Amino acid sequence: MDELQEVWVYLNTTPLLHLTLTLLAFQGANWLFRKCGRTPLLNPVMVSVVVLVAFLLITGTSYGAYFEGAQFVHFLLGPATVCLAIPLYRQFEKVRKSALAIMASLFVGSLTAIASAIGIAMALGASQATLSSLAPKSVTAPVAMGVTEQLGGLPSLTAVLVILTGILGAMIGPVLLTKLGIRNEAARGFAIGTASHGIGTARALQLGEVSGAFAGLAMGLNALATAILLPLLWGLIF
Amino acid sequence: MLGALTLIFTCQLIGETTTRALDLPLPGPVAGMVLLFIYLAVRGGISADMSRVADGLLSHLALLFVPAGVGVMLHFRLLGEEWLPIAVALIASTALTIAVTAWVMHLLTRKSGDQPDG
Repeated sequence: MDELQEVWVYLNTTPLLHLTLTLLAFQGANWLFRKCGRTPLLNPVMVSVVVLVAFLLITGTSYGAYFEGAQFVHFLLGPATVCLAIPLYRQFEKVRKSALAIMASLFVGSLTAIASAIGIAMALGASQATLSSLAPKSVTAPVAMGVTEQLGGLPSLTAVLVILTGILGAMIGPVLLTKLGIRNEAARGFAIGTASHGIGTARALQLGEVSGAFAGLAMGLNALATAILLPLLWGLIF
Repeated sequence: MLGALTLIFTCQLIGETTTRALDLPLPGPVAGMVLLFIYLAVRGGISADMSRVADGLLSHLALLFVPAGVGVMLHFRLLGEEWLPIAVALIASTALTIAVTAWVMHLLTRKSGDQPDG
């Protein structure tokens, strides 16, 4: 028993354990996702997060200790975002042709994301701190956190709401768009990227390179649009 | 592989530095994406090496959000207190945004007759 304790102490002091667990959880979740016919209910990001949170709670491990290991995976998020230039470059002819449609959809989509989140939460009695943390939920975490700070909300809560929005968009986006009869890959990708940033883009990339390229583009453009529009809109409401 | 990785990291580094220095409302990696895009446009193509590295990273993009997602455990109490407005707002607003954005884009690309086929 003492030896087991020692092994556990050792494992907790190296990044290896939590890094490996993150990879195992994700691959297991991916396997389950494919095995169950890619049902959106078993979104791999969501399943991995649930499994890992359960493990950390059971073992009494803090998020900080977990992140010591997981940061190596987290770090690759930046370089991967830079890499979105590749599908964008390959599909640029299509992007150039629909430049006007892109600008219009971006404006309408960005406003819808902000206004509907504030409106619905306000109607259901959310506090002002929650409202300002929720408003930029559709844009990539670093920008959303910056905007929330500007509005006087809680940036760390925003980070969580952004991730949840991403998972939701990845889960419901493809199904919803098919139900609405929208088969245009560019429109599908652009909508998913506008509403659910990088996690949506990851899902859109799985659907095809055209939707992936438009999703990545939408993610970048909506970060910019929200950073400009949200503080203006916030000033009008409050 | 090393050449492509170095180029990607360099784009991100310049992106992070310039957005901070100029106080731009854009995340550093997104600025890096713009830089890499400009580089590819000037070069007039993507090297086989860059294709391999980028496609490799992007094929596992979803995995990279897991560590941040686990951070949800830090906010269980806060989320529990206002779970109803938060849950309804997240679900309804995300669905509405996707539907409205796709609909506008679909309508405009169809009208101008240059619908990117999909």
